[in-house]
Amino acid sequence: MRLQRVAEMDRPAVSFMLDGAPADACVGDTLLTAILAQDGYLRASEFGDGLRAGFCLMGACQDCWVIIEGGGRVRACTTPIEDGMRVSRGRPQP
Amino acid sequence: MSVVIVGAGPAGTRAAEVLVGAGVRPIVIDEAPDNGGRIYQRQPAGFRRGARTLYGFEAAKAQAIHDIFDRLRPSIDFRPRTLAWNLRPGLIDTISDGKAGAIPVAQTILCTGAMDRVIPLPGWTLPGVFTLGGSQIALKAQGCAIGARVAFLGTGPLLYLVAYQYARAGAQIVCVLDTTPFTTKAAQAFALMRGGATFAKGLYYIAWLRAHGITIAEGVTSLAIEGDGQVEKLSWRDARGLRHEVAADAVAVGFGLKPEAQLADLAGVPFDFDPVQHNWVPRKDSNGQTSVEGVFLAGDGSGIQGADLAEAAGARAAWAVLAARGLTVDARAVARLDATLAAGSNFRAALERAFPFPATLAADMADDTILCRCEAITAGELRAAANEALATLPPSEVNRAKALSRVGMGRCQGRVCGAAAAEVLAASLSCPVEQVGRLRGQPPVKPIPILPAEAA
Repeated sequence: MRLQRVAEMDRPAVSFMLDGAPADACVGDTLLTAILAQDGYLRASEFGDGLRAGFCLMGACQDCWVIIEGGGRVRACTTPIEDGMRVSRGRPQP
Repeated sequence: MSVVIVGAGPAGTRAAEVLVGAGVRPIVIDEAPDNGGRIYQRQPAGFRRGARTLYGFEAAKAQAIHDIFDRLRPSIDFRPRTLAWNLRPGLIDTISDGKAGAIPVAQTILCTGAMDRVIPLPGWTLPGVFTLGGSQIALKAQGCAIGARVAFLGTGPLLYLVAYQYARAGAQIVCVLDTTPFTTKAAQAFALMRGGATFAKGLYYIAWLRAHGITIAEGVTSLAIEGDGQVEKLSWRDARGLRHEVAADAVAVGFGLKPEAQLADLAGVPFDFDPVQHNWVPRKDSNGQTSVEGVFLAGDGSGIQGADLAEAAGARAAWAVLAARGLTVDARAVARLDATLAAGSNFRAALERAFPFPATLAADMADDTILCRCEAITAGELRAAANEALATLPPSEVNRAKALSRVGMGRCQGRVCGAAAAEVLAASLSCPVEQVGRLRGQPPVKPIPILPAEAA
């Protein structure tokens, strides 16, 4: 699964770091959109049942938490992407 | 002392309009970066789609709500990106950009809205499964579809609306699976016709999807999502019991809506089980007033009524606030609102009956299905906790079952799994679902940093 951009694709680009690798997104993306448009998960469940990619997109389920360097833990669905952001998803379990 | 409106959707906007008209300057809090609520959510700066593209048939209403709000901005104290995380007598605790605050308040109008009502299914925690509401937000606020081959499943008006919006946006739809049989909906057709345009729009979405060759199946059972690390396929049984399987990389799922009523709960407002909605709803009288002094309710957060009635209820609650403050009330405006609310609620009840919550789908959940996605607790673990304790202290209600199984204790506080967990527990105990109660809210209503920058 990747989010598919179907509209508003001519927005200016922003660059960010995803787990140490350079990545691109668009101005106005949430972190959730920025990440899931290029890779299919946001976090690994702490309870060993696999990867998660958010669920409600409205700040209710708390299943899209990622770490921003210098900003701590944030909800990806309600946090706008910013140029130069360094985002970490934690290490997926094997 | 202030009037505070929590939630800047249709109910909150109309409430603010009435208050400002009477010379009161309310504080309007919303967790989102801008007004509109979920239904009329505004896209971020830099997006250029017009209202017609974003809101379809509801474009004029969305535009009106946005225009009213924009006109009100100078006359209200709007605090976006602000979470109201507790409501105590005379005080609302907030956090905004990491900064904690407390707002002294005389009257609060809670317009806290709703979220999708979910039934956990096999595979529902896989990346690629999102709520129907979330799938709509992806499209509306981000210009994205949740996947390349999207399946829609669940029941309720939103099922067909979001599928239609996806198809119109050029997304590929695999199928639309409705747990409600056609006959259940048809039985409400006469009552639904009183809804006029709303009913017609619903029929239009379904007809449009069918005309464009999209598979719609009604009365489906045995829904399951499968995949290794992501959604790969979906299976179900049709109304005749035949098994089907289809490849998909994303699934949008929802079974109607449930109120986000945690603040009303913390304020001490009593709740009742509404058998038609199959939801616990905070108790209010017809003008939005509750038994807790200074606490008023409006919109879907106080029982699912839809956006049009939310507007009327928001305005009505604001008049009740003005009365409580000893200000003049326009009796004719109030009478008009009361008539709107009374007429609308009949249609809404028919709509709920047309798309009933499939309680047995939740109650019959397989033991190995993850029930609580916060902590990966299965339905079997909840049943085991129920059975183990049955001999000594029966877990006669959900809060006790929560203590025993941790279901509902996770970071979402049971928002997602609570409704289904109650069905599983009630079935285990062979009692009606309302008898096992509802998960009590706890402050903070959402996770907040342990060390908010108090002094900042």
